[in-house]
Amino acid sequence: MAATEQDILDGLGKIINEITGIPASEVTAEKSFVDDLDIDSLSMVEIAVAAQDEFGVEIPDDQLKNLKTVKDVLTFIQG
Amino acid sequence: MSANRVRVVVTGLGATTPVGGDVTSTWTALLAGQSGVESLNTDWIDSVPVRFAGTAAVDPTEVLPRPESRRLDRSEQFALVAAREAWQDAGAPEMAPERLGVVVSSGIGGITTTLSAYDTWKERGWNRLSPFTVPMLMPNGPAAWIGLDLKAQAGVHATVSACASGAEAIGHAMDMIRVGRADVVVAGGTEAAIHGLNIAAFAAARAMSQRNDDPQAASRPWDRDRDGFVLGEGAGIIVLESEEHAKARGARIYAYCAGVGYSADAHHITQPEPEGRGIIMAMTQALNDADVSGLDIKHVNAHATSTPAGDVGEVQAVAKAIGSHPLVTSTKSMTGHLLGGAGGIESVFTIKALQDRIVPRTINLDNLDDGIDVDIVHGANRELPEGDIAAVNNSFGFGGHNVTVVFKGA
Repeated sequence: MAATEQDILDGLGKIINEITGIPASEVTAEKSFVDDLDIDSLSMVEIAVAAQDEFGVEIPDDQLKNLKTVKDVLTFIQG
Repeated sequence: MSANRVRVVVTGLGATTPVGGDVTSTWTALLAGQSGVESLNTDWIDSVPVRFAGTAAVDPTEVLPRPESRRLDRSEQFALVAAREAWQDAGAPEMAPERLGVVVSSGIGGITTTLSAYDTWKERGWNRLSPFTVPMLMPNGPAAWIGLDLKAQAGVHATVSACASGAEAIGHAMDMIRVGRADVVVAGGTEAAIHGLNIAAFAAARAMSQRNDDPQAASRPWDRDRDGFVLGEGAGIIVLESEEHAKARGARIYAYCAGVGYSADAHHITQPEPEGRGIIMAMTQALNDADVSGLDIKHVNAHATSTPAGDVGEVQAVAKAIGSHPLVTSTKSMTGHLLGGAGGIESVFTIKALQDRIVPRTINLDNLDDGIDVDIVHGANRELPEGDIAAVNNSFGFGGHNVTVVFKGA
């Protein structure tokens, strides 16, 4: 039942594309949201809200600020 | 009036309306007498007594990129689409940002965002709200987004006055240029209020047509059988510029934005003042401000929304303030009433009428009501004369706000 890392990455790519217009293919594990994808803090909130709906995982604000890379989010969602 | 006062010209036009997604398609549709009104098919339709509206001919989400449109209320989407068209039409002037301003308003603001955000909050919790909820629902949102898009820094304003908002925005934009606060100002109005709550509320005010069996015939200004206005949506935006700035860059000049008059009825919160004193005052002030006589005015794009109370009173006031000679029309017969967007699109239409020297007919006017002694264009479009001509756009709003803008042919 548990989603694989690739499933989560695909879902995250779709969300980020929807919110920022960045092609999903550019959303890879090593990318930094701020430095590589140029995603600002309010966009990160939008991504977190969408990820909560998509993956059923709450991302509290104090955790969100620690999620610097796509890999960080993958790890967080996988618990 | 000072002889050396700064003159203000119009150098760009933009519109997205119930009859077309841009100025050209909209104007073509108006000259063809096409109605943009249609039956609605939504989940709230059985809960309201009015089941039609003038929905936008082109949905703004088809024009704007998805990441952009999802952060914008629909009123902001319309405003950006029309502002970008107007800006490109003006030649997208390269200029100092501190000399560029924006004055754009809606009558109601981001109402659909407010309502859907309320549902999200109640049903799913505060942390499911978009972080952009506030800028989507705030009434200054459309002006602010246009200001960001164009990097305008001379001042970004929203002149909220219900259905006079768009015209008031254009008046204030002209004033900004005249007093030297800006060289170029992007101005107009936008509205996206086709929602069950708004329809229910306007119906509760007994202001809307309920001609559900024939929606395209529902907006019928000055017709004996009119029974209220038809809600429309969209935006109309124009680029205003000092004549000196426009000429220095070789810009095409559509018209002069020559004068504006404002007044308030101080009579009733929704009903027009029966003697038309307030709207006579607005028109008289606008003519004086433009330094034109009534005889110079050849055309009036009337506010005339198809309500029993307002239409006849307005043209009786036109006869007193301007005369019985101008060719008067109500393009709302085709677009419906865009509320805060009305003054924006109807200024575009007034300017197009001056440019092409043609006045689109008021459709659905089968039996002219009693008490009208002005020349209302119906049955067929009418030509405007050669030579120097001027025209008036009237916009009035709940609250007793009256705004008249005078444009002169270039």
